[in-house]
Amino acid sequence: MTVLPYVVAAWLFLIGLYGIVTSRNLIHLVTCLAVTQSSTYLLLLAIGYQEDATAPIFGDIPMDAEVVDPVVQAMTLTDGVVSVTVSALLLALAVQTHKRAGTLDPNALRALRG
Amino acid sequence: MTELPALAVAVPLAGAAALVGGTLLKRRRLIDAVAVAVAAGVTVICALLLVESTRGPIVYWFGGWEPDNGLALGISFAIDPIGAGLALLAAGLATAALVFSWRYFDAIGGLYHVLLLVFLAGMVGFTLTGDLFNMFVFFELMGVSAFALTGYKVEESEPLQGALNFGVTNVIGAFLILTGLALLYGRTGVLNLAQLGAALQGTEADGLVVVAFVLLVAGFFIKSAMVPFHFWLADAYAVAPAPVCVLLSAVMSELGIYAIARVYWSVFEGALGGQAPGIRVVIVGIGVVTALIAAVMCFLQRRLKRILAFATMSHAGLFVVGVGLLTPAGLGGTAVYVVADALVKATLFLAIGILLHRYGSGDEYHLHGRGRELPWAGLLFVIGGLGLAGLPPLGTSLGKSLIQQEAALLGYSWMPAVFMVASAVTGAAVLRAAGRIFLGRGTRDDSVRTEDEDEETETSGGEGRTPLVMVVPAALFALLSFAPGLIPAFEHSTTEAAHRFQDRQAYQSAVLQGVSPPLPALVEQSSSPLKGLVSGVVSGVLAIGLALAALSWGRLPLALRRAASPLARVLSGLRNLHSGHIGDYVAWLTAGLAALGGMFALALR
Amino acid sequence: MSRRGRLFVFVAGALGISALFVWGFSGLPDFGVQPSVYGEQLSERAVDERHATNVVAATTFDYRGLDTMIEEFILFSAVIGILLLLRAQRDEEEDAPHDMAESRRPLPTSDAVRVFGLGLIGPTILFGTYVVAHGHLTPGGGFQGGVVLASGLLLVYLAGEFLSFERLAPEKLMEATEAVAAWTYVAVGLAGLVAGGLFLTNFLPLGRIGDVFSAGMIPLINVAVALEVAAAFVLLSDEFLEQAVLVRKRDRS
Repeated sequence: MTVLPYVVAAWLFLIGLYGIVTSRNLIHLVTCLAVTQSSTYLLLLAIGYQEDATAPIFGDIPMDAEVVDPVVQAMTLTDGVVSVTVSALLLALAVQTHKRAGTLDPNALRALRG
Repeated sequence: MTELPALAVAVPLAGAAALVGGTLLKRRRLIDAVAVAVAAGVTVICALLLVESTRGPIVYWFGGWEPDNGLALGISFAIDPIGAGLALLAAGLATAALVFSWRYFDAIGGLYHVLLLVFLAGMVGFTLTGDLFNMFVFFELMGVSAFALTGYKVEESEPLQGALNFGVTNVIGAFLILTGLALLYGRTGVLNLAQLGAALQGTEADGLVVVAFVLLVAGFFIKSAMVPFHFWLADAYAVAPAPVCVLLSAVMSELGIYAIARVYWSVFEGALGGQAPGIRVVIVGIGVVTALIAAVMCFLQRRLKRILAFATMSHAGLFVVGVGLLTPAGLGGTAVYVVADALVKATLFLAIGILLHRYGSGDEYHLHGRGRELPWAGLLFVIGGLGLAGLPPLGTSLGKSLIQQEAALLGYSWMPAVFMVASAVTGAAVLRAAGRIFLGRGTRDDSVRTEDEDEETETSGGEGRTPLVMVVPAALFALLSFAPGLIPAFEHSTTEAAHRFQDRQAYQSAVLQGVSPPLPALVEQSSSPLKGLVSGVVSGVLAIGLALAALSWGRLPLALRRAASPLARVLSGLRNLHSGHIGDYVAWLTAGLAALGGMFALALR
Repeated sequence: MSRRGRLFVFVAGALGISALFVWGFSGLPDFGVQPSVYGEQLSERAVDERHATNVVAATTFDYRGLDTMIEEFILFSAVIGILLLLRAQRDEEEDAPHDMAESRRPLPTSDAVRVFGLGLIGPTILFGTYVVAHGHLTPGGGFQGGVVLASGLLLVYLAGEFLSFERLAPEKLMEATEAVAAWTYVAVGLAGLVAGGLFLTNFLPLGRIGDVFSAGMIPLINVAVALEVAAAFVLLSDEFLEQAVLVRKRDRS
């Protein structure tokens, strides 16, 4: 048994959060958010993985061939699209923030307090 | 009629896509009319669903993929009165928000309407779905449209930061939900809520189940802004346009709490139900802490929207207490409270919108005495403030007293005090602002006047008169907020709905076998209306008293003010924690998740 | 909070989360061993029931088609949101944003890049179309193919022709395409109703397994999704490029 995929998933989750917490640039921060999200891809795909099985595409394999789980792949596809769109939206907010506040550093953005 | 569940989501989405055509044509009035018509249509659909669901759960399999031998192949909507009721609330408020927006914004194209309809579809789908992954997808749909709507005023820096803080924290919440879902899928290999419940039923609650529960609860706690996941909320609600705030505050926060109830009773109860007392302590504890901290923060604000943001959070804490009691009466009381409170908050946000539209400011000091010419708007504020405080006969008093009674039965005899403090303090903050704005009481505080003079310009401001389309929705909500307390059938039917919400076996057989067992006869519970009446009156009086004390602070005895000075230091520390810094928020989120996990680990050992 | 305070809170939390993950993940079945009930069931029946050899496509667009419809609308609303957020402001129109680094001249595009870039456009679009059209048979589909199609258009920009890029893919056209594509998915769902089934029930003949025109509505949805994704990506790139290229565009026109 190997635990490596799960360890990597947990690591990606935490290192992404670390990046967000310590970030000094909103663009970097949004990228770190994508790192955290990649932890969920890995976890989903690892859970659906099966030893000695192939992709669930029956074009030229026998119908009774062992295949990996198609559902996690569908979920990862959805998750990936969500990641792209959310990143794009947050980057748009970052671009506008830079225009209005003249900085991308969260430490310098202090409009909202108390 | 059988197609209503699909139409509840398809209609707003199709409407949103079609409206893009309207934006290309640049016909503002046409866009307004179509958007209002679509939202009104969704309201009718949801109302019909609510009526039908009282006869038994409605299960709708998309694509006709009915379960095969009890195994779900596709995605189902599984609709009960509580889900349908929330969907109806969302649709009704969205319609009103769109009507209000008709004259509120001058220079917007149709993109705002498109996003609002998508947001509505997200909320409706989230309440109706019976599939965990589908719930995540609707959660994201709701999120993406809400982030963009929050950042609507791009000419200023605050809305952008508010939207960023909102976006980043809520997206992390979605990851937590997805990770919890992945764990459950790894264990059971299914995604349908009923089927997950069937698979976990009677199994031993090991680490995986507990951690999955913790991750899901934490994800939904972020949405409902429980301490310490709450920081984003005040930033976002204080900067979003007022009509959007109506939806955010009156429905979206509550949906996080709904989701916790939904996954607990449909999925986890079979495995964790034996340890309900432990779970109750943790969830109720978090609700109490949130209710009190947010009430204090609420009272410290001077900007009206931020006052209401913290009031929303404080009352969400009370809802979490109600749900966290894990009993039908607790859930039923919460349902009553959520509806009544939503109407009160909607009234208040629209009233704030009216002030912004007229004076271009939403700060109680800037508006000092300027509201004298708008006594009817003052009346809206007073009804709202007393509604937050839960004064009978407003509906909130009924919801509050139902939860208090149930809590007392379960041994939380001190709970009425918590409810009284949270509701009185949040109500007092609104009444204080009303006193300052509409009666010209209290200090003017000119010192900070110029500093942020031109904040909150989402609407043009400086309008001489207030259009009727803005007054009518606000007045309507104010009137409706009396209804839940005055219609006796309302309490009864929510209790019944709550009983059925928690019947896991009935839910499973309805979804997986397509068989609805007959509804169990409801045992009539004896509630003592008098008790609720007393505590409601007390918190109403307390709210008025606090508001008056705050308005005449300078005239209070010096000794009293001196005595309060150590308190001021604590409060300023608390305020400083709300730093607006996204790194801080995520650090607290991380620690909060760990703490929540630790608490559940101890409680469920 | 100070930097140090923030880090302290985070590290304390991260340690707790690590423990939580170890506790939770250790309950998962051994890696690569146990297939899921749901996935196994779909792998067994998709080819027979849907005539789609790509089971992931059958799952995404048919069995769990609602997820994908909502996913498409997430993309749709994100693009609408970005159009809303990046809309030109009054002050920007009056006072055009200026290049932050005035000394920085646009690099002239070399002929090699230009020829190669423009030459790749045809094959890229062709490949994208192939990926979309065979989505129900082989790996690929609307999402993947849509991105390939969008990159075909973006090659125009990469070859140094921003203005031609904007002419080829005008914003209004892309916006309309995006809306129509999103609308098409809902329309496919409603067609299922009209045909007497439930929302998103297949209403097209399933055809012969392995044909391009088979698997019922899946290819149709693939085309709608591909248009949505391609239009969305072109719009997004255009919107973000506008933020940077605006100045030079004015200079040249």
